[in-house]
Amino acid sequence: MEIPMQCYLIVALVMFFSGVYGFITRRNLLAMLMSLELILNAVNVFFVVFNRFLFPEHLEGMFFSLFVIGVAAAETALAIAIIINVFRSSKNIDNEEIKELKY
Amino acid sequence: MEQSMFIALFILIIPVLNFLFIGLMDDKLKPKTAGLLGILGLTVVAALSYFTAFDYFFNYGKVDGMYQSFYEAFSWMKFTETLSIDLGILLDPISVMMLVVISTVSLCVHIYSMGYMHGEKGFQRYYAFLSLFTFSMLGLVVATNIFQMYIFWELVGVSSYLLIGFYYEKPSAILASKKAFIVTRFADLGFLIGILILGYYTGTFDFKVLTDTNSSVFTSTPAATFMGASVLTWATALIFMGGAGKSAMLPLHIWLPDAMEGPTPVSALIHAATMVVAGVYLVARMFPVYFILTPEVLTGIAYIGAATSLYAAIVACTQTDIKRVLAFSTISQIAYMMVALGVSKFEGHDGLGYMASMFHLFTHAFFKALLFLGAGAVIHAVHSNEMSEMGGLRKYLPITHITFLIACLSIAGIPPFSGFFSKDEILVAAWEGDKIIFFCQYFVAGLTAFYMFRLYFNIFWGEEKQYEHIHKEHADCMTIPLLFLALLTVVTGFIPFGQLVTADGFGFDLHTVFEIAIPSVLIGVVGILVAWIMYKKPTQIPDKVATSVKPLYVAAKRKFYFDELYMFITKKIIFRRISTPIAWFDRRCVDGFMDFQAWWSNKVSVKIKGFQSGDVQLYVAIFIVAILVISAIICL
Amino acid sequence: MNFLYLFVLVPLVMMGVIALLKDSKRIKQVMAVGATIQLLLSFVLLVKFLDLRAAGDTAEMLFTSTLAWYEGLNISLSCGVDGISVLMIILSAIIVFTGVFASWGMTEQVKEYFLWFLMLSIGVFGFFITIDLFAMFLFYEVALIPMYLLIGVWGTGRKEYSAMKLTLMLMGGSAFLLLGILGIFFFSGAETMNILEIAAKNNIPEVAQNWIFPITFLGFGVLGALFPFHTWSPDGHASAPTAVSMLHAGVLMKLGGYGCFRVAMYLMPVGAENWTTLFLVLTGISVIYGAFGAVVQTDLKYINAYSSVSHCGMVLFAILMLNQTAMTGAIMQMLSHGLMTALFFSLIGAIYGRTHTREISQMGGLMQIMPFLSVCWVIAGMASLGLPGLSGFVSEMNIFMGAFMHEDLFHRVITIVACASIVVTAVYILRVIGKILYGAVVNEHHRELTDATWYERIAAVTLIVFIAAIGCLPFFPTEIIGDSLGVIVSKF
Repeated sequence: MEIPMQCYLIVALVMFFSGVYGFITRRNLLAMLMSLELILNAVNVFFVVFNRFLFPEHLEGMFFSLFVIGVAAAETALAIAIIINVFRSSKNIDNEEIKELKY
Repeated sequence: MEQSMFIALFILIIPVLNFLFIGLMDDKLKPKTAGLLGILGLTVVAALSYFTAFDYFFNYGKVDGMYQSFYEAFSWMKFTETLSIDLGILLDPISVMMLVVISTVSLCVHIYSMGYMHGEKGFQRYYAFLSLFTFSMLGLVVATNIFQMYIFWELVGVSSYLLIGFYYEKPSAILASKKAFIVTRFADLGFLIGILILGYYTGTFDFKVLTDTNSSVFTSTPAATFMGASVLTWATALIFMGGAGKSAMLPLHIWLPDAMEGPTPVSALIHAATMVVAGVYLVARMFPVYFILTPEVLTGIAYIGAATSLYAAIVACTQTDIKRVLAFSTISQIAYMMVALGVSKFEGHDGLGYMASMFHLFTHAFFKALLFLGAGAVIHAVHSNEMSEMGGLRKYLPITHITFLIACLSIAGIPPFSGFFSKDEILVAAWEGDKIIFFCQYFVAGLTAFYMFRLYFNIFWGEEKQYEHIHKEHADCMTIPLLFLALLTVVTGFIPFGQLVTADGFGFDLHTVFEIAIPSVLIGVVGILVAWIMYKKPTQIPDKVATSVKPLYVAAKRKFYFDELYMFITKKIIFRRISTPIAWFDRRCVDGFMDFQAWWSNKVSVKIKGFQSGDVQLYVAIFIVAILVISAIICL
Repeated sequence: MNFLYLFVLVPLVMMGVIALLKDSKRIKQVMAVGATIQLLLSFVLLVKFLDLRAAGDTAEMLFTSTLAWYEGLNISLSCGVDGISVLMIILSAIIVFTGVFASWGMTEQVKEYFLWFLMLSIGVFGFFITIDLFAMFLFYEVALIPMYLLIGVWGTGRKEYSAMKLTLMLMGGSAFLLLGILGIFFFSGAETMNILEIAAKNNIPEVAQNWIFPITFLGFGVLGALFPFHTWSPDGHASAPTAVSMLHAGVLMKLGGYGCFRVAMYLMPVGAENWTTLFLVLTGISVIYGAFGAVVQTDLKYINAYSSVSHCGMVLFAILMLNQTAMTGAIMQMLSHGLMTALFFSLIGAIYGRTHTREISQMGGLMQIMPFLSVCWVIAGMASLGLPGLSGFVSEMNIFMGAFMHEDLFHRVITIVACASIVVTAVYILRVIGKILYGAVVNEHHRELTDATWYERIAAVTLIVFIAAIGCLPFFPTEIIGDSLGVIVSKF
């Protein structure tokens, strides 16, 4: 039996909004990063699902999700590097506390 | 003629060179050198002036029985094609006469100052200022047009300011100089506006055109009016305001008594003999305009003059500072001259008042300078201005005593001294012009005799005081000018003035009108006798008289509260009611408005800045909400 | 190459030289040489100008040339001078020259100070030589910006506040100005922003003139201390270092008057005629209000700043009288006020440098202590209150005479009000002289102070010589002015 597209979409949507919720509410930078990954992966799911169901003869959606995964990996590496540096300088990775760069 | 112009030019150039040289060298010059340089310059100027006068009156001045005016000028600043300020030299009877007066008195003062100012700090500066003043005053009298006159008018004002404030460490001198300058400046504002009106409507500043009764100025008068009076009336009245300021007419007289803070020789030169008669000279210069175009202003001048002379004579009776008495007497005598001009007519013997005014100006310059220099000698001897600290000085200062007495007799109008002749002519002119003014002036003549002899008796007779280190006088640079001026006081009355200086240029013979001369001498004698009784020996009479008319006495002693009035206007109104609020308004309102602009832009920007919190989570939240809202709007 | 470009190039070269130098004494020497060259050049310009005129060249502007700068927008650095700009250039050169000597005592960050100073002078000279609207605007801005730094860094007192206020207000003015310039350009239908071309076309419609004129006039008026946009002046002058005050009051404020005259009046005569009433009232207020404001101030610089408001108000007042005599007076007043106020500021700087106070109540009897400075002060004061023989008299008489040629009641009243300022001027000038120069020494420490140094003497004497020269020989500048004014006046 074919699982209808909506099911995938609902799962992805839940993932996306959990990610957004996490990103907005978490104070810990690592947790925020994880939420961000969740958002990205939700988007990946969207890409794959739409590609599979709407344009089966094309492969752009697949490629794009691969592309996003690649960029996400780079971004995560960068973010973690920044977070580590922040932690080194301020012994803290709570985003409420790290405001030196604001001014 | 050409040569005369050339000489007149030299008369002007020498003092200005002296001023620049002494002024720039200042301390590098020895005091004595500076003084001698000044005297030398002035001697040349005086000699040249006498030559010019002689040449003018007896050689080339008279053409067809009428004294002409000679004229040489160049255009200094052009306003329009037709209207420009010219600088030049005008020689006519009154300017030539003034040259003589100014150079003579100035020379005497230069010589006298060598002794009087000896050892003063700033001696060189003093001589530089004297030269500046002499230059300005000479330039004023030979002015070819009213604007040139205004230029030199301002320059004499400044020289007067500088000389009154010569003792610049003395607060009263600073205040006096400031007051003199600002009051005359205020009057000059009127003068300037008057000049502008006159220049605009007549199309010329030139005295030659303004005094030529055949010129277009007199044939076509502008019809324009302003607040009910013709513009010309306004113009001449405003010009007279300038003259009234310089000549200390009521109510602009308040600066002159205070101006006595300057060194005494300066008072003799500037505030008695020359600068203060500039106003009279101005009216005389413009006499045809006043007489023909605006006779109503001329009448006003006569009444203002009469009121001033009466006022000043009354006040002079109560002052105790000898220089102030002389100052009020100067005001009173200048007012005499104004009265004479005011009641004068133009042609022939009718122009007696004009002649009398100039005659009195001439004689007054010498005897008043003499009085001031004498007073200076007294002050120099006793180191005080107060009458109460003097008395019995005739033994110590015999020359001063005699010369002072001559001058007093002259101002009191006792023949054969010069004052008698000129005052008599004024009284005759007043009798012919206006009876009220005549009686006023007649009464003032008596008062004059009284207060002058009050002064004289108080200084030279009366009770002898204890004098510490009194300067014995001897024939030196202080007494020679006194003797010279006394000589002039005796002889100048016999000059046939009517032949030389008249309103329309045609001479006439003067003869004493006994109906007027005898009573005027009598009232003079009465004045002297009253003073004799009251002040020859210390008595109780003056105090008794003073208490019997106490309100009048106090008011006169306080100069009828004019100073208080002016203080009220300047301090209370200008400072408190105008300037302070303006300064406040500027800082609080105008500037406050600008600051307010800055303040609210700052506030708004702070508010806007708040959105840029740097809080990524907030951004995301807003972003998401906005996306949702926008998609909702698009979907619907 | 056009001779006029030298006026901008000389300071540029000097900037280059100074940037390479380290020793502050050497920098000052270079400045002195450069400023002297500039001064000489300005007189060479005058001689050349007179030669050309004498040779019968009656063109409106001489030495015209065009240097295309940005052809896409038709912007070019065209330049040219008439008699008025020649006089203004001379004035600027004199003030820059004396300004260098007045800041000889500067000790901190000398190099940067003079670099900005030169930048300022580039702006000023550029403004006067150019006849292109855009280039004018450009140089105007070039002159304004250094002001912010010069006051903010080298100033005294509330310098940051004043610098900010001055810059913001003048920038506000220049925003108006830009709008006005663009309006002029587009409505005139001219191909370039060259003033001569726009004036020759003379086809800005009246409706447009009616709104562009007030904008432009206000834009320049802010710099010319037009009431009520003058409040930058007291604060700005009070905080600025000596030479900057001199340059600012002496030359920069003239940019306002000159601009009103060259751009607003010249290009939009109809608009000018329609708006005179309002602006006359404003300038009349400036004149009398500035004078009264000065009467109660206690800080020397504030007194002088308010007196500048009064005197510069007189410039705009005279320009609005729309006739040759008054406009001649306006230009003379610019020269006269420039020299006189520069003299005042240099003296205030010298006195402040010694007494470390500008409060008149804390000084007294300076005549005994520093006679040279005091005498110069008296001369400056006399020039300011319009003593004949000094420059103030000449300009004021031209202005009043010109103003009096209008016969209606409104002009009469406003003229008399403006005339009355000469009395008020006397009051505040004599008040200061009486308080600080005369009288007893207030502060005993002041007795040890010295009189003017050689560089202060150079500055003061140069200015006094020119003040007296204008005052004694007014026919010379008035002829040069009159020659160039005819074209402008004929438009009314």
